Amino acid sequence: MEDKVVHGQPDLLTDFDRQRVAADDLRTEELLINMGPQHPSTHGVLRLMLRTDGELVLEAIPHIGYLHRCAEKIGENVTPVQFVPYTDRLDYLAGMNNNHGYSLAIEKLCGLEVPERARYIRVLMCELNRIASHLVSFGCYGLDMGAFTPFLYAFREREYILDLFEATCGQRLTYNYLSIGGVTQDLPGGFADKLAHFLDYFEPKIDEYNNLLSYNYIFVKRTAGVGVVSAADALAYGLTGPCLRASGVKWDLRRCVPYEIYDRFEFDIPIGIAGGAIGVPREVVVGDSWSRYFVRMQEMKQSVRILRQALQQLPAGEFRAKVPAALKVPAGEVYLEVEGARGQLGYLIVGDGKKTPRRVKIRGPSFCNLSIATHVCRRVLIADVAAILGSIDVVMGEVDR
Amino acid sequence: MSPQEIADILKTQFGDALTAVVAEGSHPHVTIAAERWHEAAVFLRDDPRLQMNMLRCVSGLDLHPEPWIEVVYDLISMQPGGQQGLWVNQSTIAVRVRVPRDGGHVASVADVWPAADWHEREAADLFGVIFDGHPDPRRILLPDDWIGHPLRKDYVFPTEYDGIPCAVTAES
Repeated sequence: MEDKVVHGQPDLLTDFDRQRVAADDLRTEELLINMGPQHPSTHGVLRLMLRTDGELVLEAIPHIGYLHRCAEKIGENVTPVQFVPYTDRLDYLAGMNNNHGYSLAIEKLCGLEVPERARYIRVLMCELNRIASHLVSFGCYGLDMGAFTPFLYAFREREYILDLFEATCGQRLTYNYLSIGGVTQDLPGGFADKLAHFLDYFEPKIDEYNNLLSYNYIFVKRTAGVGVVSAADALAYGLTGPCLRASGVKWDLRRCVPYEIYDRFEFDIPIGIAGGAIGVPREVVVGDSWSRYFVRMQEMKQSVRILRQALQQLPAGEFRAKVPAALKVPAGEVYLEVEGARGQLGYLIVGDGKKTPRRVKIRGPSFCNLSIATHVCRRVLIADVAAILGSIDVVMGEVDR
Repeated sequence: MSPQEIADILKTQFGDALTAVVAEGSHPHVTIAAERWHEAAVFLRDDPRLQMNMLRCVSGLDLHPEPWIEVVYDLISMQPGGQQGLWVNQSTIAVRVRVPRDGGHVASVADVWPAADWHEREAADLFGVIFDGHPDPRRILLPDDWIGHPLRKDYVFPTEYDGIPCAVTAES
């Protein structure tokens, strides 16, 4: 190709540029694009700064903090019982799991014993909330990928769960139900029957969703092989929950470091499997967006299994331990993690004998999972950024706290 | 491996730099001198006995009225080889690094565990600890022009931000 000198400044152009200029007088340059904070694919107020070259994303820099509500500072200024409602607002799609982690940490620090029945009720609520949260993730991910119908199905099923929650504690989103020492009130009459009915109804639906969305050709093409995270990267970046398991690491706190009464139930830990195996499309790579999505779908089935067993074993008795009205946080500290819907939710609580703790640090799983975004969104298409973010399934309430 | 065994290994490796060991209780931890922390982090990750491959959490901790702030690193070693292909929790330990309250420096370990990147930015943002060698030392949760570090016990609440008056009902 003929070598052209443009405007007497040949040094500014690379050979590649020169060829393009010569070919069709075309010049491109990098463009900075803001994705968010108000954008349907960022699942809340996440702002991504994309450095793009045409359709190619060279770098994605997340900016967070738009939903920072000083949760940790509030935790230092209110008593533990008062702080439980604030934990609901962290991961607002799985409030029960947040209540659970905080209550367990305070109980461990204060040496409180929780009655058996309360422990079973907690497991029931946490697993139900995990299903509800995964349903939102499933529905919204379909929406991100351009499929509208799964969203409606997901919310229809979630509605049933929210009705169960409403009957139990009067709330549909921010429950304040699992509290220090147990739960705030007993299960309502007929709860067991309603739940059993729901489980019978819901379990076959999961296969229906798989046929509807998971194995949909367009959906697989959009997500399989996109945003691959190796197991080593997942560990290095502190990924937990479905994101870690999708990379092939069979690690779930409920089995590996059992807390509460999870050692009494039988359930499997789904992990990402390479394409070609039974029930996995050929294009799938371990650790890609499809794997992360599909681990959640399988986890819903396991939650149903846990719920059935817990319902069968549910004992009678007290639903709450006697908690002193003026509960003091003793001198000492505790770091405790539970398996939330999005990963390991940790609480570091340091007390010094006062009514309020000295420090409440919350390790939000979404915070750590999101931190890998820059690493993964490198040299991908703009449309893939939505596919990757959706599969990480962040809740900004938990990232910004 | 128990926290005491981990502490013993660290003691033989780092000697007097390991200033305190609490092996019992609900949060076993060791305290290490800030100058040796980066070296210790590499050792914790790479030593075949320890293999702390995941940094779970980094927390700032203000010990007011003491004149220092602590940074707490929660580590876990998880390895394959359990039943049914499960990974096993080999050991957990927390490492604390103590720095002076004002202008305290500690080496960043974002090159050891990339997970530390955002956690350290948060600790710097809310506690004012300076992480030397951090790849991207911007504020993370607060606006860039925010004054002060709100999770410190000596934090003074602002009366206004950007011309917006802030109601102060301080009763600490």
